[in-house]
Amino acid sequence: MTSKLLIAAILGAATCAAPTWSAAADTVKIGCVAPLTGPQAHLGKDIENGARLAVDAINATNPTMGGQPVQFELLVEDDQADPKTATVVAQKLVDEGVKGVVGHLNSGASIPASRIYADNNVPQVSPASTAVAYTHQGFPTTFRVMANDSQQGKALGLYATRLGKRVAVVDDRTAYGQGLIDEVVKSVKESGGEVVGREYTTDKSTDFTAILTSLKAKRPDVVVFGGMDPQAAPMIRQMRTLGMKTAFMGGDGMQSAEFIKLAGRAAEGAIGSSPGLPIEKMPGGADFTKRFGERFGKIQIYAPFSHDAAVVLTQAMLRAGSTEPDKVLAALGKTKLDGVIGPIAFDDKGDLVDGPVTLYKVKDSKWEPVETIGGPQGK
Amino acid sequence: MDIFAQQLVNGLILGSLYAMVALGYTMVYGILELINFAHGEIVMLGAMVSVTVLGVLAGVGVPVALALPLSLAAAVAVCMATGVAVERVAYRPLRNAPRLAPLITAIGVSIVLQNLAMIVWGRQYLSFPPILDVQIYDWHGATVTNIQLLIVAVAAFTMGGLLILVNRTRLGRAMRATAQNREVAGLMGVDANRVIAATFAVGSALAAVAGLLIAAYYGIAHYNMGFTLGLKAFSAAVLGGIGNIPGALLGGLLLGIIESLGAGYIGDLTGGFLGSHYQDIFAFFILILVLVFRPSGLLGERVADRA
Repeated sequence: MTSKLLIAAILGAATCAAPTWSAAADTVKIGCVAPLTGPQAHLGKDIENGARLAVDAINATNPTMGGQPVQFELLVEDDQADPKTATVVAQKLVDEGVKGVVGHLNSGASIPASRIYADNNVPQVSPASTAVAYTHQGFPTTFRVMANDSQQGKALGLYATRLGKRVAVVDDRTAYGQGLIDEVVKSVKESGGEVVGREYTTDKSTDFTAILTSLKAKRPDVVVFGGMDPQAAPMIRQMRTLGMKTAFMGGDGMQSAEFIKLAGRAAEGAIGSSPGLPIEKMPGGADFTKRFGERFGKIQIYAPFSHDAAVVLTQAMLRAGSTEPDKVLAALGKTKLDGVIGPIAFDDKGDLVDGPVTLYKVKDSKWEPVETIGGPQGK
Repeated sequence: MDIFAQQLVNGLILGSLYAMVALGYTMVYGILELINFAHGEIVMLGAMVSVTVLGVLAGVGVPVALALPLSLAAAVAVCMATGVAVERVAYRPLRNAPRLAPLITAIGVSIVLQNLAMIVWGRQYLSFPPILDVQIYDWHGATVTNIQLLIVAVAAFTMGGLLILVNRTRLGRAMRATAQNREVAGLMGVDANRVIAATFAVGSALAAVAGLLIAAYYGIAHYNMGFTLGLKAFSAAVLGGIGNIPGALLGGLLLGIIESLGAGYIGDLTGGFLGSHYQDIFAFFILILVLVFRPSGLLGERVADRA
């Protein structure tokens, strides 16, 4: 059945100049991949629902491609947040003839899958992967509608220097932690701050008293940590027991409910960043929440992003008037539209231009947004 | 100077925790010449059980003064049962096997316990309920908390208790006799199986206490926490002279202080060439150095090469 549709689509594309042929609309397949089982299943479903809302809305406008009526069909796959499964389902989607993909969620899945999409000239727009490496592999097919870790590091560094000029950094020696802190260091120096100490730990440590004491001697105004919540929570506790009243900041690895649970009262005042805007602040947030709520219920995190990823992809095809990869990729690169999440345009790597990063602060055991850096508000 | 004092305090606390875990390694090694790699996992069990029980008790409003001893009792009971069961099931059948067999088995037991804990408690981190009121004292520019003082006090207390147990009691005499020569001790009427089981029980009880203290101090517990801890404590036992009880204390304290000073000063001393991520290299370098000149450790007397 699907192969017949595919043939019909190809025939349709090939013969679109002949007006006599078209009785029914052509179908263009769009892939959508996210973890739909396992601990992140709720986030994956969020991505699927967001993309579905976008595709159905576009289909309802009776779009035409090269003068020919066209309908988009969403093919959904589960990558289980696993790099190996990600490549398997990527190949499956390619074999089924998708013309573009919304996905994946995890950087660890997006990166291996991106090679398969690139080899087959299928444009990929990730709604959630933030690792810098994803768009920096030299593939023309990789795009994302979320700020990357480099933009996040920049925002953290900028905000840190506003709290005080003397900044100390700690990273956990993982690709994520180290990459984030490298960007923070660069950004602190650019914003006129001084990096007074750089210490290291691992992603398995629980005792940070030695490195914190050594940082205490350097009298920093802010400590920025690149790593995950199981380290960030004991770290802020130990800072407080060492009598350090220094501000504590970190990236999205610690901007979690888990961090507050593990750090307890010590979490108060900690600052964590997360890519994107909080939904209340998104230009199309209120309307999207209403439309999404009527059909699917509560938004987790990623639905607005996957919605816009699907919009960006389908709009590029409609503007190109074709599903031919070269034309679609060229159109994608020139994307300039106002999505739910704000204005969307890509740089030459496929990264979101001026991707916004929001800083949150723990107040009464809850993360509360304090400021957004970059994006429409930053202008 | 206050920074140096603070680093010493940090090292002392970390060292006390290492020493308490190292005692378990050294006791078992002293009597069986077996490196019980599962000991770190027993500490983990102690932490997980005490945090879970404490969470439940605190949830139903049991006062701290009652909840803490109850959770400790639960942890001690579970750890002792596990320790004795591990000895009975995994080590006793291999007691006369070549030395490598029980060693590999110990590693296997460690993996089994880790995975069991993962199945029971899941992969997420457990948090220690916020029931302890942390007091911070200032002491010559270094800060000390009441939990840290408790850790040092408990380490000193268990140490003293253990020395009395080994040197002054009937069970202790039986332990020493079994350690010296199991067959002859048996001829003298010592039931070696019971003595060895008792050794595992005492070591596991100490592990439970250490587990509770570690969870209280760091505020978190995780199924994976025993592995690195066990490795460090084992190194501490070797540094002090494995099989020697005061040696475990000395080795633990030394390793803790070396690590703290190493992590604290290595970056400044080498002008940033080596960062604090080399703290373990520093600690293990000293360990190798000691072993080159004193192969049986700082306080180890007898060269452990029988069987």
